[in-house]
Amino acid sequence: MKEVPDAIVCEGCDAVYRRVRLRRREVSHCPRCSTELDRHAGDQSARVLPLTVACLILFAIANLFPIVEIELQGLSSETTLVGAVVALTTEGMSPVALLVLATTLLFPLLQLCILFYLLVPMRYERRPAGFELLVNALVALRPWGMVEVFLLGVLVAIIKLSSMAQVIAGPALWAFMGLTVLLTAVLSFNPRTFWEMAFEPRPGQEA
Amino acid sequence: MSDVEAPPIENAGALGLRGCHHCGMTWQGAAEGEPCARCGTRLHARKPDSINRTWAYLIAAAILYLPANLLPVMITKSLLGTQQDTILSGVIYFWVSGAYGLAALIFVASFLVPLFKLSALILLNVTAQRRSDWRQLERAKLYRILEVIGRWSMLDVFVVALLAGLVRIQGFAEITAGIGIAAFGAVVVLTMLASLSFDPRLTWDSRLDPAATEDLKTGHEST
Repeated sequence: MKEVPDAIVCEGCDAVYRRVRLRRREVSHCPRCSTELDRHAGDQSARVLPLTVACLILFAIANLFPIVEIELQGLSSETTLVGAVVALTTEGMSPVALLVLATTLLFPLLQLCILFYLLVPMRYERRPAGFELLVNALVALRPWGMVEVFLLGVLVAIIKLSSMAQVIAGPALWAFMGLTVLLTAVLSFNPRTFWEMAFEPRPGQEA
Repeated sequence: MSDVEAPPIENAGALGLRGCHHCGMTWQGAAEGEPCARCGTRLHARKPDSINRTWAYLIAAAILYLPANLLPVMITKSLLGTQQDTILSGVIYFWVSGAYGLAALIFVASFLVPLFKLSALILLNVTAQRRSDWRQLERAKLYRILEVIGRWSMLDVFVVALLAGLVRIQGFAEITAGIGIAAFGAVVVLTMLASLSFDPRLTWDSRLDPAATEDLKTGHEST
């Protein structure tokens, strides 16, 4: 098996092209199927770490405080994300509860923690333990984090309830909005960049 | 893209090259299933057994699509009695009460998107299986659209989860999740798995010259 560093293969249609050095903000697309081939990482890696920390803080607020509160005939009720998951579990809907828990809490949190764990040592050009596994996990988790869909769900639920009760937005709702914006920025960071950042292919290592 | 005449496009398979889908490195002479020397991901010419796996997920999703739309997803108990809602009756409720935008949003996200995704993936998989060269660019674009919109179908699952967690005022109003939402969540997850297991490169395989196609086939069988 031999490395061909100056060739790039399109993931969408298997076409081969000569790899060109991209300038800042440049993105290359496959001329045949228009799938993205390559993207200049720029100074993104420097920006992602602070954004990840900000995301973690917002994440804590979003999950510790109630999202919405309703008032009906003097009685009130409020819920957090975990509260909704627990309610589903007690109703015998544990698979759905697990799905909600995973897509809105576990997976995004895991993504943020992995990013944090990887980015901090990489500032000092060190390769943290479990690097391959964690970058792999980051790629695998990507389609399954659904914070932005959840936010839209919260808004729909609020409108749905506003006809029958008084609805008060909780602090977590604002945190979720901020989190959605920041997560979009953080997750636009392609995990492939990790391989290109500090790790040149090590000579002499054969699979 | 440029004013220069583009050179003919060559396929990695025909040149004996294999790209690592994970770290982006290109390898020459890699055996099927051999791990990438940089990141350790197994290198495959095509995702293993892609068409069969996609069919399996699609059939399961199509079967669950019926209970997902016919069974109640939400049960509302109030002073006025008990009301059971399916996905579509929820849409009708919003439409009748004048929230047209919201009705349209839920109709698109919960009804049209899963239906569109199922039929589009069936189309992509059938054409890939027959190695058809029919509208390849459109098929490639269709696949990328599916990857983006699939997740938004989870909307209704989140709405029901929140309402079930929130509206728990004993005696006055109580909302519980219905069995339909479990089927619905399963449809969303299964269609997402189906689109992840589909290999978009299969869309272009009919353009390969016969020799290279044979090479790919033997590569499949030896694993």
